[in-house]
Amino acid sequence: MLAYVLRRVFQSALVLLIVGLVAFAMFRFVGDPIDNMLGQERTQADVERLRTELGLDQPFPVQYWRFLEQAVQGNFGLSYRQGRPVSEILVERLPATLELAFVSGLFALAFGIGLGIFTAIRKRGFAANAIMTLSLIGVSLPTFLIGILLIYVFAVELGWLPSFGRGEVVAIGGWTTGFLTESGIKALILPAFTLGLYQMTLIMRLVRTEMLEVLRQDYIRFARARGLRERAINFRHALKNTMVPVITITGLQLGSIIAFAIITETVFQWPGVGLLFINAIQFVDIPVMAAYLMMISVMFVGINLIVDLLYFAIDPRLRVDRSAGKVT
Amino acid sequence: MTETMHSDDRANAAAVLSVRDLVVEIPTRAGTLRPTDGVSYDIRAGEILGVVGESGAGKSMTGNAVIGLLDPPARIAGGEIRLNGERIDNIPRDRLRRLRGDRIGMIFQDPLTSLNPLLTIGEQLTETILEHLPVSQSEALERAVAALEEVGIPAARARINSYPHEFSGGMRQRVVIALALCAEPDLVIADEPTTALDVSVQAQIIALLKRLCRERGVAVMLVTHDMGVIAEAADRVAVMYAGRLVELGPVREVLTRARHPYTAGLMASTPLASLGHARLKQIPGAMPRLNALPAGCPFHPRCERAGERCRENPPPTLAACEGRAACWFPLTPETEESAA
Repeated sequence: MLAYVLRRVFQSALVLLIVGLVAFAMFRFVGDPIDNMLGQERTQADVERLRTELGLDQPFPVQYWRFLEQAVQGNFGLSYRQGRPVSEILVERLPATLELAFVSGLFALAFGIGLGIFTAIRKRGFAANAIMTLSLIGVSLPTFLIGILLIYVFAVELGWLPSFGRGEVVAIGGWTTGFLTESGIKALILPAFTLGLYQMTLIMRLVRTEMLEVLRQDYIRFARARGLRERAINFRHALKNTMVPVITITGLQLGSIIAFAIITETVFQWPGVGLLFINAIQFVDIPVMAAYLMMISVMFVGINLIVDLLYFAIDPRLRVDRSAGKVT
Repeated sequence: MTETMHSDDRANAAAVLSVRDLVVEIPTRAGTLRPTDGVSYDIRAGEILGVVGESGAGKSMTGNAVIGLLDPPARIAGGEIRLNGERIDNIPRDRLRRLRGDRIGMIFQDPLTSLNPLLTIGEQLTETILEHLPVSQSEALERAVAALEEVGIPAARARINSYPHEFSGGMRQRVVIALALCAEPDLVIADEPTTALDVSVQAQIIALLKRLCRERGVAVMLVTHDMGVIAEAADRVAVMYAGRLVELGPVREVLTRARHPYTAGLMASTPLASLGHARLKQIPGAMPRLNALPAGCPFHPRCERAGERCRENPPPTLAACEGRAACWFPLTPETEESAA
């Protein structure tokens, strides 16, 4: 088990190193930052001075090493556009994205698993078929379209919910939260639903498929033959076996909720890191882009690692040494 | 229960399981199939009835119908199933569920897949016991340990918290048997309990089944296609062909003096160590598919004794409990000798 964990951690570090290379390569190959930083009225001396100051005259590997060194300490340099440290900007923006991702992830998980089980158990019922048909819409409509439709119905026509922004936020330490004000919670509903809908339908369809597969297994038949109640069979025997593959996909999906919040944040002008990233692209603000890339990959890798460790909690077959404890 | 066990009047001894004219139907687009058609038999307490036949002959379907686990759209379309004299083929689903595991136990073919891999065997045993018996959690655990000891799991108390994958195939089948018997049912349906096991383990499992059947006076329906298992374990044999019962009788008689040509063919094609090394005979052809049954006796296209009557009229039905064959021209001891 320990060897397994160490191997996974090593793999994760390798992935991060490669992503770091890509992020760093942006500085190098996406335009010359000096051009962006100095105006039209620059002299050659200015350019040379800034180049030395920023260490851009060093060889590539040295620059990469310095980039990694700084990145590990959370230092991604100054934003070209705002002139402030990138880490400071990220920390400021992160609570908005995390709160949005948390709520939509919770929504996707709760409804995805619940409806998945329901549609698997009542697979011939009218309600289950209706849900399955509707879920096709969730899978096939693009996120931005759903967001715009929701804004049109609930913000423009009905006027129940705000169409953009986070509402009022309360600062607790360095964390700004929208959970504590009415307008903050109202503002969260539409973006969270938009962001979570796709994941929800995906999880639901996955849970349903896996559950139907598990319900066909011999041990479910045997559980029936032992006279167990349907509830015990569905939730104690079937659901647990369903969860192993579901956790894998769900883990990755939760990572992508944070990563792909970009579109939702743009549609709803949600002041999170996704919107920051979009704006950074428009202004070729490479330090912000690189830092965002690194942050997302750390999250992905971290979630993956947690998912792999969750297998051990659920499946006892992985926990035990294979050769031990066999009686013939 | 004990009364019937010691009753010498075998003809009047109450049967634990009594099946009469059982018909199972599967409606399909191409017409209605009858995987079990007019089957009747009794199983008494402490008796093992072997049910044999080729794959698709309706053996398992009959067992599933008895325990109420037919997969829809298959359904019981006719006949009666009585457990201790009480009809169980038309009772509400929830009452039938309570009977399962409690009055009727079932053992499946593959012990590797019939245990839930994510629950310990102790959890699976106690949940079954708690479902059917009015006992406390700790008492259920004690009973679970006792059930494992009874089926011959060494160090049962220590292994109660083990997961199924920590046992070998034979040991897992013992756990499955413990699960089927832990609520002390009157009837056990064993559906090919040895097919997935090594030969050496098969003998142990059969011996275990026999012992439990004798000691507890359980009625056992042993579904198998293995004549060796039948010869070893069964008291009486029911031979099935294309959904019909073709022969029913005491095991010695059916194995050595088969009356139905199909049974005789089945015996001639079975390698039995005791019968020497003569070349095995085959039954020509294959069992007809259920959607293409021939008119008359379903076996007639493969039967060398078939006459005009067999092609036109369905064979006489087999009355339960009588060791007679459902055949127009049954083999008699004389004809058997002349044929040999």
